[in-house]
Amino acid sequence: MPDVTRLAFFGGVYSNSLALEAALTHAKQSGADGLYALGDFGGFGPHPDRVFPILLDAGVESIQGNYEESLSSGAEDCHCGYTDPRDNHFAQISYDYTARKTSSEWKRWMRTLPKTRRLEVAGRKVLLVHGSPRKINEFLWESTSPVSFLEKMLADSDADVLVCTHTGLPWTRLLPSGRRVVNAGVLGRPANDGRTNVWYARLTFGRDVSVEFVPVEYDHEELARRMREERLPGEFIETVSTGWWTTCLEILPAKERERGRY
Amino acid sequence: MPARFLRAPIAPTVSDDGLYPFVPSISLDTLWFQVAGTICNLKCTHCFISCSPSNHSHEMLTLGEVRRRLAEAIPLGVREYYFTGGEPFGNPEMLPILEETLRQGPATVLTNGMFLSPDRCRSLKRIFDASEYSLDVRVSIDGYTAEVNDAIRGAGTFEKILGGISNLAGAGLNPVVTVTEACEEAGSPAGRARFLDWMRSIGLERPRLKVLSLFRIGAEEGRLRAYESWESLRGRHLTEDESEKLQCSSCRMVTSRGVYVCPILIDEPRARMGESLAETLRPFRLEYGACFTCHEFGVTCRT
Repeated sequence: MPDVTRLAFFGGVYSNSLALEAALTHAKQSGADGLYALGDFGGFGPHPDRVFPILLDAGVESIQGNYEESLSSGAEDCHCGYTDPRDNHFAQISYDYTARKTSSEWKRWMRTLPKTRRLEVAGRKVLLVHGSPRKINEFLWESTSPVSFLEKMLADSDADVLVCTHTGLPWTRLLPSGRRVVNAGVLGRPANDGRTNVWYARLTFGRDVSVEFVPVEYDHEELARRMREERLPGEFIETVSTGWWTTCLEILPAKERERGRY
Repeated sequence: MPARFLRAPIAPTVSDDGLYPFVPSISLDTLWFQVAGTICNLKCTHCFISCSPSNHSHEMLTLGEVRRRLAEAIPLGVREYYFTGGEPFGNPEMLPILEETLRQGPATVLTNGMFLSPDRCRSLKRIFDASEYSLDVRVSIDGYTAEVNDAIRGAGTFEKILGGISNLAGAGLNPVVTVTEACEEAGSPAGRARFLDWMRSIGLERPRLKVLSLFRIGAEEGRLRAYESWESLRGRHLTEDESEKLQCSSCRMVTSRGVYVCPILIDEPRARMGESLAETLRPFRLEYGACFTCHEFGVTCRT
C-alpha cells in the first residue's frame, strides 16, 4: 500500500442535504483521510438548517463562503458577485429564503468559521478558499483563469495547491511550475451538463497530486419535491430535475455558457 | 457590509495638495489594447475619444507590439485582455492578434460590427474553438431603430450592425450587444427589458446586453455637453471598497503612445503613466470628470 493521503473537498452545498449525505457516504467508503467543505452551505435549496448537523456529525472541516459571511453579519444580500439584474433577482430570492430559514444559532456558528484554511499534506502547501485567495466571492472559471494569472495568484498566496468553489463548475489546471488549482464544483446543483448528479473533488497526495472529480447520485426527485413544498422558484427545480442551469447564467463566460442549454 | 477581501487592506490615499483622491493599483487583472488607435470608419457623435477615419492621435498596434506586451503581462498575472479602438477589425492583423492572445488568456473585442462578414465570423469561431479560453465579441449599437441609431453612428449603420450581429450568431458566436445611455431608456430596467426583447426578436436566443454610461469628453462634449465643475471627485475620499470597484485599480491601457491608466482617458497627457506595464502599477490621481462618472455610476468598461 503506497503512502498516500486522500482528501475529499466539497464545494457549495446550497442546502442540498441529500447530496451532502450521499457524498459523505461515498467519501468515507472510498477511504478519505479528511473531509473539507468550502462554504456556501445555504442558498438555492430547501431547509438550510438540515445541512449543519450533517457536517458536524461527519467531522467535516469547514470554511466560510460568501453566504456564511453575509448571513452571519446580517447583510442584505448574498454578495455572490453577480452583475446582471436577472442573476441578482434569483440570487435575492434564494438569499431571502435562506436568511429567513437559518436559525440564529447556526448563523453564530458560521461566524466562527475561518475564511481560508491552510494544510500541509505530503510536503505540499494546500490553501482552501471559497472564491479565490484574494476575495471570498471572486469567480475562478476555467475559461477565464489563465495560467499566468493562476501562477501569480498561487505564488502570492504561498500555495502549491489551491482548492476553491463558488462558480458551481468543477475543473482543474496543472500549472507549468507544478502548482495546481482545483475547483471542486458544488454539491448543491448539477454542473449545467444535462446530468442530474453533482460533483465533489478527491485529491490524492503521494509523490504526485492527483485529482478526481467524483459524480454523486442522490435522490434529486425528493429534493425537487421538498423545493416545491417550500415554494422555491420553478426555475431552481428545473435545474435540479434536468441538470441544466436556468438562472445565474449571465455570469458564465462564453465557453461555459456555450456548453449549457440556456 | 462584510469585509470580502482576504488580502491585507490597501488604503486609498489623497493627493499631495489634498484636492483629489488617489486610486491604488491593487492588481493588473485587465489589460486593454487600443489596437486600432483612434482610427475608425465611423464618426459617432458621442465618441469620448472622437475616433474617425482621420484621427491619428493613437496609431494602430501591430502584432509584434501586442506580442511584446503579452510577454510583459505574464509575470504581472494579467487575467484578461480587451481590444478596442477605433475599429479593431480595421486593423489588418486583428485575427492573428486574437489568435495569439487566446493562447495566453481570455479576450474580448469591442467592435462597431461593420466589418463582421460571414467569413470573418467563421474565422473568429474557429479561433474561439481552438482556445481553452473565452472570446467575447462586443458589438455597439445605439438604439433599436435605424432612426435613433443612425443619428449617432451614421446613416445606414443600423442595418450593417444587424448584419454583423446576425453573422456572428450564424457562426455560433453569441455577441454581447453594447448600448450607451445615449439611447436614453437603456439605463432603466424597463428599457433594458425592452432591449433584451428586441435582441430576441432579431434572433439572439441568449441575449447579452452591456449598458455603458456616456463620458462627457471628446465628441460627446459637442453632442450634449461637457462636464460641469461640480462633476468631480475633488475633496472626496474613497473607501477601499470604492477603490476596488473602479476599474483603474486593476487595469491599464496600452496604446501606440505608451501605457495609460484606463481606456477612457487616453487623450489626457497626465493619464499616460509610463512606457512599461510594471512602472504604471502605482496610484493614480482621479482628477477628471470621467473619474466622477465611473465613481458615481459604478461604470466599468469590462463586460
